[in-house]
Amino acid sequence: MQFGIFTVSDVTTDPTDDTTPTEGERIKALVTIAKKAEEVGLDVFALGEHHNPPFVSSSPTTMLGYIAAQTTDLILSTSTTLITTNDPVKIAEDYAMLQHLADGRVDVMMGRGNTGPVYPWFGKDIRDGIPLAIENYALLHRLWREDFVDWQGQYRTPLQGFQSTPRPLDGVPPFVWHGSIRSPEIAEQAAYYGDGFFANNIFWPKEHYMRLISYYRQRFEHYGHGTAAQAIVGLGGQAFMRAKSQDAVNEFRPYFDNAPVYGHGPSMEDFTAQTPLTVGSPQEVIDKYAGMREHFGDYQRQLFLMDHAGLPLKTVLEQLDILGEEVVPVLRKEFAVNRPADVPEGPTHTALVAKRDAAAVSLAESSLVEPAETAEVTA
Amino acid sequence: MTARKLAVVTAGLSQPSSTRLLADRLTEATVRALDGVEVEITVVELRDVAQDVTNNLLTGFASPRLDAAIQAVTGADGLIAVTPIFTTSYSGLFKSFVDVLDPQALTGMPVLLGATGGTERHSLAIDYAMRPLFSYLHAVALPTGVYAASSDWGSADGLSDRIERAASELAAQVRTSDRAQNIRDPFALPEGFSPVGAFGAQ
Repeated sequence: MQFGIFTVSDVTTDPTDDTTPTEGERIKALVTIAKKAEEVGLDVFALGEHHNPPFVSSSPTTMLGYIAAQTTDLILSTSTTLITTNDPVKIAEDYAMLQHLADGRVDVMMGRGNTGPVYPWFGKDIRDGIPLAIENYALLHRLWREDFVDWQGQYRTPLQGFQSTPRPLDGVPPFVWHGSIRSPEIAEQAAYYGDGFFANNIFWPKEHYMRLISYYRQRFEHYGHGTAAQAIVGLGGQAFMRAKSQDAVNEFRPYFDNAPVYGHGPSMEDFTAQTPLTVGSPQEVIDKYAGMREHFGDYQRQLFLMDHAGLPLKTVLEQLDILGEEVVPVLRKEFAVNRPADVPEGPTHTALVAKRDAAAVSLAESSLVEPAETAEVTA
Repeated sequence: MTARKLAVVTAGLSQPSSTRLLADRLTEATVRALDGVEVEITVVELRDVAQDVTNNLLTGFASPRLDAAIQAVTGADGLIAVTPIFTTSYSGLFKSFVDVLDPQALTGMPVLLGATGGTERHSLAIDYAMRPLFSYLHAVALPTGVYAASSDWGSADGLSDRIERAASELAAQVRTSDRAQNIRDPFALPEGFSPVGAFGAQ
């Protein structure tokens, strides 16, 4: 089970003192936050991609490469990489490069993006969102697995004998998550490839995601990648903590009330009752998140949104201390209790290389018996 | 015969409201016209979920209370929709409620359109505002809409006849509807969908 943080990289005014960080300050703060995540023992730092203010993360691999150079164990991921409006060829190149520089500590979460104008800005049509996500990923998947690719599709220029470089580290592509909050097509896509499915459940009630994740698990099994319980699931989360519950409530309320996404809407009490947002003591956060697997099954990755709504860097770092020192160690133990041995751990490059090598060995052994079958397996 | 489900949405803001009064008259007349058919009625007073509707617009999800109202409305065999006419059109609360519905959720829904207003001069609002709204949603807006001006409540003729005519039109649709019994699969993939795209795996 992997624990980490994800950020949308928003530049938001602190409602308590009306100060706003500059883009430069926010960019450097993100680096500080990522390094802090590693320092407090978290496994993953995931960065969003946006192409409009107030967000600063338009070039995720630049920032993740910079963070990779200053960390040793942290897995660097995205939340999300826009599979709709980016050229899949460039994604293949950028993330393979990052994967080499980070010694394999890289995976990618594909998403369609929720900002309508980004599509026309990059020459696409938002009504093609799903077909773009499907076709672009089909190409990306091949570029990382086949040395020379002939390609024809609807949305980009054809390729003849194209080789994307660098080739993935150790011949094993970065693990891919597909993020979606409502589209069964994306859950189907993730299941088809045996990729991970990340449900960013932080803004909506759990019942919706229970159905969506259950659907993905069933389809994962249908496509023969393992049992439904073995599908690779990631979830989002949000928390604000202080030693005393009421202190957390009092301190976080002005941020909640003015937050870009849910501010000026439901009360913090209603929102915490209906979504994973937990504002209170570390124990309350532990209780809420330890219960997640009862709703969603044993899963592989839990990411928390910790640095939004204008929270100052100092506060975010304090929150990461609490998360890393008081919450996650307990959650690791809780999640390990009665976790079936055949439920996979969170994906790592090392594990994927080992799995590939094991598959090659078993393929070699089976090919001694039935050589005709190998062509199908390698296709 | 299984019970028919009838949903009533009323957007009156005062209590008691003439909008609710009209909604109740339309409901009673519809039940009468259904003559012996068992009817389950759910009345949604939008005033009671006004805060939830606004929150849904802001957050993208419905509170449990609003969700129950949405399910009752979208899963019905027929709908009676009544709004006060404000500034030449349906009220903002009425439209906001419609805005949080899935745009496909009212497809094929028989809808009796009702409206109230201070004067009879706004009676065409049913036909130039409400009717196009429900046409866009592919609902079946019934031919007779019922508008009640303040003066209608003190008039001996007209309103009752319109209510009876509209109710009989709705009853005829509800009687044969199987909408409430249809099971909709929220994960149904579009026809022809392939996880590798239109050009295949190549």
